[in-house]
Amino acid sequence: MKLERRAAMATLLADRGDDLLVVPGLGSTCWDLAAAGDNDRNFYLWGAMGGAAMIGLGLALAQPGKRVAVITGDGEMLMGLGALGTIGIQRPANLAVIVFDNGVYGETGMQPSHTHGRADRTGVDLLKVAAGCGIDLCLDVADEAGLADLAGRLKGLNGTLFARVAIEAAEPPRVLPERDGVVLKQRFRAAIGV
Amino acid sequence: MSGQAVVQDIDWPERLYQTFKRAGIRQVGYVPDAGHAKLIDRCRADPEIRDVVLTTEEEGVALAAGAWLGGERAALLMQSSGLGNCINMLSLARSCRFPLLMLITMRGEWEEFNPWQEPMGSIVEPVLKLCEAEIYRARKPDEVEGLAERAVQTVFGGERIAALLLSQELIGKKVWTK
Repeated sequence: MKLERRAAMATLLADRGDDLLVVPGLGSTCWDLAAAGDNDRNFYLWGAMGGAAMIGLGLALAQPGKRVAVITGDGEMLMGLGALGTIGIQRPANLAVIVFDNGVYGETGMQPSHTHGRADRTGVDLLKVAAGCGIDLCLDVADEAGLADLAGRLKGLNGTLFARVAIEAAEPPRVLPERDGVVLKQRFRAAIGV
Repeated sequence: MSGQAVVQDIDWPERLYQTFKRAGIRQVGYVPDAGHAKLIDRCRADPEIRDVVLTTEEEGVALAAGAWLGGERAALLMQSSGLGNCINMLSLARSCRFPLLMLITMRGEWEEFNPWQEPMGSIVEPVLKLCEAEIYRARKPDEVEGLAERAVQTVFGGERIAALLLSQELIGKKVWTK
């Protein structure tokens, strides 16, 4: 039984604390993040596909005293796969890259992504990619227990972490956050005092 | 010593590094290019600068955005061909007015041996204009530092995109036979 994406996001962000900074991918994970409750320490993406993990890296390097969670989808991660290699070289201890993997492009009509056939070895396994990129802790989250474990590790983040969360291919109603990029940038910086 | 010789002796990569230091650049993303080699070495040797080698230049646009969100200044080094890899990601900088400082070594424009460098090299300036980037071009060693200072002001003073183009005659011909 795969996880439901909105509940998974809510579990990961429960009692998130002021030191957790979150960057979603564009599309479904952005709506999931907004649905979990607006927060000035979220930097919602409405574009820049393939860029979420690298935004997270620049942020994590600039703010070593805070935790950074990139929570994106399989399609967005696949477009910027090289970022996993770049992150594997840098390995900031305060960065978690979490992929909600449902094997489809939900925003555009559920077309299969490269990860679609992973279970029968005809698709891309993002966990193996991340491990091959030198990210030491790579978690395969497939159930509630695994999700609770990931949430705990995110709370006490002390090493670069990659997680694939197996979610069901469903599209809950969109929850749209602020979309003015300048507003999102300014409120984020103000919230963390830079 | 002639005046020309003095100009040629200016160590412009060192001047760029010193400009980075004065500007407080803390993250430098790059896809290596021979023309940037000395500047990359200087940044790698500096414990106050995080050097981030990239798989593709567009990663650097996102890196710089993240750095700014976290209160740090970044710079992005690339060759002219790399600009083409950045185009959609530049919408991140434009939509959010992220400061983005790009230093671009030019290929395909001066005694270029490799014709495959020409298609992208020839459209660097129009592409940057379309992306509303401010363009500075250094052709001689003594122009580099002053133009770099102006680019820094444009980028961090106005939260804009600026590119300093380092002309191929500045860098010299690539040696193909050794």
